[in-house]
This record gives sequence, structure tokens and C-alpha cells, in this order.
Amino acid sequence: MLDQVLNILDRIPKIPIANPVSDFTDWIEETFSFFFEPVKEHFGPFLEDVSGLLQQIPPLIVMIIVAVLAFFLTGKRFGLATFSVIGLIFIYNQELWPQLMDTFTLVVVSSFFAVIIGIPVGIVMSKSNIVQNMVTPILDLMQTMPAFVYLIPTAAFFSIGMLPGVFASLIFAMPPTIRLTNLGIRQVSVELVEASEAFGSTFYQRLFKVELPMAKKTIMAGINQTVMLSLSMVVIASMIGAPGLGREVIRSLQRADVGTGFVAGMGIVILAIIIDRFTQNLNRQKGENA
Amino acid sequence: MPVIKVEKLTKVFGKRPKEALKLLEEGYSKDEILKKTGNTVGVNRATFEVNEGEIFVIMGLSGSGKSTLIRLINRLIEPTSGNIFVDGKNLSKMSKEELRQIRREKLSMVFQRFALFPFRTVLENAEYGLEIQGMDKEERKKKAKDALELVGLGGYIDQYPSQLSGGMQQRVGLARALANDPEVLLMDEAFSALDPLIRKEMQDELLDLQERMKKTILFITHDLDEALRIGDRIALMKDGSIVQIGTPEEILVNPANEYVEKFVEDVDRSKVLTAEHIMKRPETINIEKHGPGVALERMREEGLSSIYVVDRQRNLKGYITADAALDAKKKGIKDLTEILSTDVPQVSLDTSMQEIFNLIHDSPVPVAVVEGGKLRGIIIRGSVIAALAGSEVNLENA
Repeated sequence: MLDQVLNILDRIPKIPIANPVSDFTDWIEETFSFFFEPVKEHFGPFLEDVSGLLQQIPPLIVMIIVAVLAFFLTGKRFGLATFSVIGLIFIYNQELWPQLMDTFTLVVVSSFFAVIIGIPVGIVMSKSNIVQNMVTPILDLMQTMPAFVYLIPTAAFFSIGMLPGVFASLIFAMPPTIRLTNLGIRQVSVELVEASEAFGSTFYQRLFKVELPMAKKTIMAGINQTVMLSLSMVVIASMIGAPGLGREVIRSLQRADVGTGFVAGMGIVILAIIIDRFTQNLNRQKGENA
Repeated sequence: MPVIKVEKLTKVFGKRPKEALKLLEEGYSKDEILKKTGNTVGVNRATFEVNEGEIFVIMGLSGSGKSTLIRLINRLIEPTSGNIFVDGKNLSKMSKEELRQIRREKLSMVFQRFALFPFRTVLENAEYGLEIQGMDKEERKKKAKDALELVGLGGYIDQYPSQLSGGMQQRVGLARALANDPEVLLMDEAFSALDPLIRKEMQDELLDLQERMKKTILFITHDLDEALRIGDRIALMKDGSIVQIGTPEEILVNPANEYVEKFVEDVDRSKVLTAEHIMKRPETINIEKHGPGVALERMREEGLSSIYVVDRQRNLKGYITADAALDAKKKGIKDLTEILSTDVPQVSLDTSMQEIFNLIHDSPVPVAVVEGGKLRGIIIRGSVIAALAGSEVNLENA
């Protein structure tokens, strides 16, 4: 008797979720193939071209450009410039330069799209509580879902290579930009919003002349996180064939080759630090420098 | 014609405003409505007019609804019911587009904590109102510069707000509002965030500017001294309702109810009351009719040691003391002119109590209040002290 009661949970049949999700993915793949096919056809090669182009530039020139940018971006200080050059020389020296360029292309492209999509979504979210309540749980899901899970459908949609890597990291990296754009705009002080309203601003004047400039710092912090997340995802995306430094890591994992893995890992760390410091320094506002 | 006219303007915060509105009409109080409906009455059927070129002060403690009221006027907060007329046009019925035009052209606002845009320079801040109207760059720069010159910040145009002191920041706020050349300035506790010395300086400056510009100003404050200082008329608010509207004097001298009375209790009355409020009807003798005998008799009747002397038209001639009158009587002098003292301490009707206080201290005789050469009243030491203590103010003369 007692056994029957305790086993009551087992009597509920397993709710079929996995299969419908798979079916749904298949359905998306078929139904939207008119979208996926051209993207695969044109955008995939485009990515390879960009990376190829970057690899054409002599590494020394790249290093000089990075150093000069770092020097001016940090307010004419040598710290970041020096670190960047030494780091890049190390990567070149370890014969990881082409991989670096691949990874860099993936990060830049996926962050670019994450920001382009994320900021408008964040703005809409900040203007409507209903939208905010709808989008927030989706963002939570996007961020807590193990990153590997994204690889499966994107591989199905875009086969393997750079393209699915971009899409997987786009989805994984977008939430911080959305969240912080929303937060930044909602944090603009009531008085400033009232001031812009009281002088007769239109919706867009208020948005572009007051709210976005006020939220800029917060939004930039979100973009910084997006870039870092997309870097981490680009590494994971190597599992579905995305080229770059991540592929070296996975290859050495498969061969239990600690040394190679460490070197490639160092390359990722160096790239991460350079990108992070660059985006953080972009985030300095006019008033503060004066 | 009044520039702003507000009729039964009401704001109810909460989910069931209609119900609350009905209860208000039935005469329930703010607290009762909160208990019954859970709604908060922000402003309760406020009605008033602001005339052209006037500084109209709305005064009340925090929570009295004054900040809500000023925001209802340019509809930063949407009214629940009631009408707002600016230049005869009903704002409460306007579309968003029409409202925007009114905000751009007629109403400018100055905020308590300045509300300057930190990422814009002083000049760019002052330009804001013109910029969103689409005025071209050169023209708006010029107008913004003029406005900044007006408030004495011509030399700071390229600074950022964070580099300025509080007083200077509020000048930028004022310049931003003036650059639009609005008809009405809405000033929401504009000087409350400043320290007392700077606040006083800004009040003086506002009065100076007002002399030149003749704007219509609606000024919100919680500080009665400030209200009395700058207001042409004052509206006192309590629990969302306007309790009394009047000139500073009317409010001080004749508080409408206990609340207002309590409020004005602590005011430095010497700054506001004038000779007119504290003078008494003078005992006089007529130089053309009376002699020393009558003078003595009248002084004895009234218990005075001196008496003012006037002619038939009540023109002030001087005063005689009891000693002088007694002396003259003994000597048989009939003409008062011979014993008349003419060094009369004189003030006019609008002399402030502070000045009277200094004058009366050194004077052996009551101070004469003279208007156009005629004696209107006298002020004795006792009535000055009584007035300062807040009682016995003489309204029949006022």
C-alpha cells in the first residue's frame, strides 16, 4: 500500500519535451531554409574572407596599429600598448597567428551583431514594462542554458564552420547588452527626463539627446561583457568546427597534449585581456577627461 | 487677463481615481479617501490665477502637493480632472503635439536639483530647449550665450556642470529656461538645494532679473521666508488643497485658518510688517483752534506726556510736550506755535518695522506716520513690541 503511494511519481508518464523540441528545430530548419540557405551561401564565405584578409596584413603592421590605438585610447599611456605588443609577439612566436585572426574575426562579427540587435531590444524593453516582463525570463534562459546546447541547432541550421560559431555566440553573448541597455535607460534620473520633457522634446529627441547619452556608461559595460562572452563562446564553438585558438585547445584535449593546450589557452587569455581593456577604455566620458 | 488660470485641478494617484474623485466632491478628507479606496489625493481641486508679470509663489511643506501641482501645469503629470489655461488655451484638453508646442514656446521649467545634462557643456545645456526646436546652430548659440550673460555665466560656457558650484549650476538651469524666451517660468523649489547665503543671493538676482524681464513666474517653495521675500502673491497648500491665497502681508496679518497661523508664527515679522500695520489713531490738537490749556487737558485725559499738533487739513505741524504746555499756561502764552517742537520722528506708511525699531528706540515721543504731509497715525513703543510678538496688529488701518 505504502509502496504504491510512494511510487505515485513514477505513475506519471514522462512528458515528451525532447522530441517535440527536436521536431520543432527540424521544422524551423525546413521552413526557414529560404533564410538559412542564402546566409550559409553568402555570409559563411564572407567570414572566411574577412579572416583571410586579416591574415594578409603583415603581423608587424597589425602590432603597430594595435599599439598606436592602445596608446591614444588610454590617454597617452604606454601600459596597454606595451602589453599588447608583447602579447601579440608571443602569439606570433608560437605560430598561432592565423588562429588568432580567425578567433578575432568571430568575436568581432558576433559581438557586432549582438550589439546591433541587443541595444534596440534593450531600448524597447526599457520603454515597456510588459516587454520587460516578457524578455527577462528569455534572457535568463539564454544565459543559464549550457552553452553547448546552442551548438546543436546552429550546427543543424548552418552546418559546421565559422558561421554556426558566430550564431551560437551571438545568442549566448547578447543578454548583457540587452539587460544593461534596459537598466541604463531606466536609471536615468526622473528630473533629467522631466527636464527634457518640459522643454518639449519628442520621444526620439529624449532618447537620443538625453537617455542614451546618460546610459552610455552602463551600455558600454554591457557591450564589454558581450564581447567577453562571445570570446568564451567562440572557443566552445570550436566543437562544431569553428576555427581559431579554440580549435587548438580542443585538439590538444583530444590528444591529452597539455603543452599545446596551455599555449593556445595563453593566446586566448592575451586576446581577452587586450579586447577587454580596449572596450573598457572606450567607455570613458568626455566630462571625466577634462 | 491672467496668463495662467487653473480650475479645480485635481490629481489622484492610484488605481481607482474616479471613485476617489467622487468622494472628494462629497467632502471626504485625503486620509479618509486613502483608507476607503487606497488612492492618494495629490492635488485637491486647486483653483487660482497667475497674472502677467507676477511672481506667484506656491508654498507648502513636503507632501502638501506643491510639486505635483507645478507638474500638472505643464502636464509632466497628467491631471485626473480640472482645467489649465495658459494664455486662454486649455492645456488639459490638448493633444501631445499641441502640448509640445506650448512647452517649447510658453512654459520653461527650472528644477530643484538643477537637472542639467552632465555630458553637455554649460553652453550646450543652455541651448537644449532651442536645439530640440530645430533652430540653427549659430542662432541658438547666440541666444544661449545671451541668456548665460544675463545670469552672469558668460565666462563659463565651455565648462561642464560638474565643474561648477551649486549656485552656478542653478544659474545654468535658469539660463536654459530663459534661452527659450518663455512667457512663464515654472520654478520647482529652484533655490532649495542651495546653502542659505547663496539662496539669498539667487533670490535677489531673480528679483533683479524680474525687474528687467517681467516674466510670469510660478515659484514653488517650502520656505516661508523665501515666499515672503519674492512672492507678489502666495498660495499656501496643505494636504493637496490651497488653504489661502494672498499677498505676503495678507497672509501674515490675516491668516485664513489655524494652519496658516501656525505656519506664519515663526516668521521674522519685522521684515514684512510696515508702519501701516502697527500704527494707532493719534490724539491731536488743532493749532488753529486750541491753546496750551486744551492741550494739557487732552494729555491729562489720555495719560500722555506729549501730543501731536495738526492744522485743519490734518497737516502735521509738530508736537508739544506736557512740560512745555504747562510752562506756557503759567506764562500766559496763547499761541501754540511758540512752544511747538518740530523735530518730529517721521516715517511713511510702508516703512518696515525694522527701521521703525531703530527710530523709536531713540525718540522721546511716539513716531509719526506721515503720508503727503498729513498725519495718518502714530506708533508707540508698545505696539512695535506687540506686533513683533505676533499679536495686536491693527487691521482697521491696513
